[in-house]
Amino acid sequence: MLILSLYISCFILLLVIYKIVIKRFTSIDSQKKINTVTFGDESAVTPNRTASILSILTLFFIWCAFTGSSLSPLHAPGPFTGDTSFSYSAKNADNQIDTAQVFIRVNPVDKPLTTLSPANTKLNTFAKNDSAKTSAYRSVLIRVKNNDNGGKSKNYLITKINNQPIKAKQTIQVANGDVSLSSKGSLSFTPDKGWQMEPIWLPAPEFVFTRLIDVAQNGYQNVGLFENIVWSLLRVIAGFLLGCIVGIPLGYAMGLSSWFRGWFDPIVEFMRPIPPLALIPLVIIWFGIWESGKISLLFLAALWIMTIAARAGVSGVNISKIHAAYSLGASKLQILIHVIIPNSLPEIFTGARVAMGVCWGTVVAAELVAAEKGAGKMIIVASKFQQTDIVIMGIILIGVIGYAIDMLMRIAEKKLVPWKGNS
Amino acid sequence: MTEQQNKDTSSSLHVDDVSMSFELPDGSTADALQDISINLRKGELLSILGPSGCGKTTLLNIIAGFLVPSKGSVSLNNQLVTGPSAERGMVFQQGALFEWMNVRKNIGFGPAMQNIAEDKIKQRVDHLLETVGLHGFAEKNIYELSGGMQQRVSLARCLANDPDVILMDEPLGALDALTREKMQGLILKLWKETGKTIVLITHSVEEALLLGERLIVMAPRPGRIHKEYQLPFAQQAISTDIREVKKQSEFTATREEILSMIWEMEEEIMGLKA
Repeated sequence: MLILSLYISCFILLLVIYKIVIKRFTSIDSQKKINTVTFGDESAVTPNRTASILSILTLFFIWCAFTGSSLSPLHAPGPFTGDTSFSYSAKNADNQIDTAQVFIRVNPVDKPLTTLSPANTKLNTFAKNDSAKTSAYRSVLIRVKNNDNGGKSKNYLITKINNQPIKAKQTIQVANGDVSLSSKGSLSFTPDKGWQMEPIWLPAPEFVFTRLIDVAQNGYQNVGLFENIVWSLLRVIAGFLLGCIVGIPLGYAMGLSSWFRGWFDPIVEFMRPIPPLALIPLVIIWFGIWESGKISLLFLAALWIMTIAARAGVSGVNISKIHAAYSLGASKLQILIHVIIPNSLPEIFTGARVAMGVCWGTVVAAELVAAEKGAGKMIIVASKFQQTDIVIMGIILIGVIGYAIDMLMRIAEKKLVPWKGNS
Repeated sequence: MTEQQNKDTSSSLHVDDVSMSFELPDGSTADALQDISINLRKGELLSILGPSGCGKTTLLNIIAGFLVPSKGSVSLNNQLVTGPSAERGMVFQQGALFEWMNVRKNIGFGPAMQNIAEDKIKQRVDHLLETVGLHGFAEKNIYELSGGMQQRVSLARCLANDPDVILMDEPLGALDALTREKMQGLILKLWKETGKTIVLITHSVEEALLLGERLIVMAPRPGRIHKEYQLPFAQQAISTDIREVKKQSEFTATREEILSMIWEMEEEIMGLKA
């Protein structure tokens, strides 16, 4: 809730600042260019790049602020670290009351634990001082009775914390944390957690980055980062190409022959809505968990998309083009090669972009189930070891690669079918 | 002597008693054409006019060989038409050019399909570019051209095959009025220079008058020939200004006559007249 409201306030604040800055620094002429008169004219709405940059920066800032990152000057209150202490009072079997101190050192999360120097022991009294160490976010159990004289007695009771009465299973707030008394008479100290995320839930950006460099250099579990990604990419490319090799001719056949269309229509229409992930169990039973299984899965993921794209590409041909080619003396084969295939390329490219996206998503999921190498395998193993930084690094990499694939496909599309959207 | 003056050669395009009926989804049949007969001599310019739904395009598709008539036959130079062929070139309204080829490749498409040597194709294309006024546009992409220029490419592409008959299906229908008038002049010029037989479909009365040595007005339901005209305007427009031809009282009188004829048919379709 806190983070959401912070995010919304950032959105509103930056919007207001942007509007003010624009009003200040641009002439009235260019303002008129920005503001179209017709609200709802969708074509005039282009993404504001300043907003995009600010959006990314805001997310990054919130990430930094709530993980105590050194990259951000502003932080949400962090967990308590350092030394603190509280006192407890105990009553022994003879109903005498004595008070002693507990000294606690709370170490930062990523640092090794350092011990507190032994507490001064009071000589003439039965309650003795204690010391304990822990790290941020972690509570520590302090068996204060153990070193007290007569502390083993059943009638030896802790009665007060910082002069406030306490009973078993009660919690009392002390400086920099909470103290609770267990039914067995031990004290448990929980240092203040602050508002930041524990690194095990969400590590700071710089940890993710150092982890990226570390994994890139040394690999993770004997598999290099590059190797993991290349394996995933190879699977995608193999599955996608197989899907194209079978799917595109099949789509053409379905677009050109009513027998083919009738024969394959039920199959294609039935298989199309099945998410590829639902096929994983069957694919594992049939092909096993190794490469053949994964590539078959990706093949199935790409196949129907490419078939439908090729079919749409054929069906979408303007009949005038076919008629024109016929009346120019072209044969059926020539029409197929020179008219139908080039005419279907824009549709096929659209299909290929969708298929690549689906394949990339499917390969990661398939690797989560079973794989030796691969981006998905890397993050699922890391999650089992609670290495959140690797998980987050992996997710970001998967996203970046998916985006890069789409960008490459778009560039290829512009190069190869420049007439798309222009006819 | 241009070829079109030798009109006395034996008639070349026969449309012989053609009828066409389509089966509708509900099982009944609709008569699109009924007993159409047209004899066209080589080098004649025929325009076909009629309200929408009168079967003009169906007729043209039958002549082109894309449709087989239910009854009757079409023959060109005493050869029966059984399918599309390069001797009957076709110009469409728009969208029939190949966007994946540049202007040169589009125009040279027909010859290239017949495996004619490349340097010959190049020569022919260069000549045609000159003829239709697209000099210097050879390497442009189709989608970079205006609508009028695209139709010039269509005309050139059709001519590149040197067809006996050119069939035009509302070739200027998508153009603005000014471009349209220019293109009408171009079609007349090409007709005169090449002496081709041309069949042109249009829904513009003015265009039909100007681009028809002969003019057939069709009536709908079933599509049939309503009236036929022999007109002098195409010949006049070759030697004089098109605008002048259109101003003549004879031209306007014929235009009004045909317009009211078509209006009557339209009203009949709408059921306004019993």
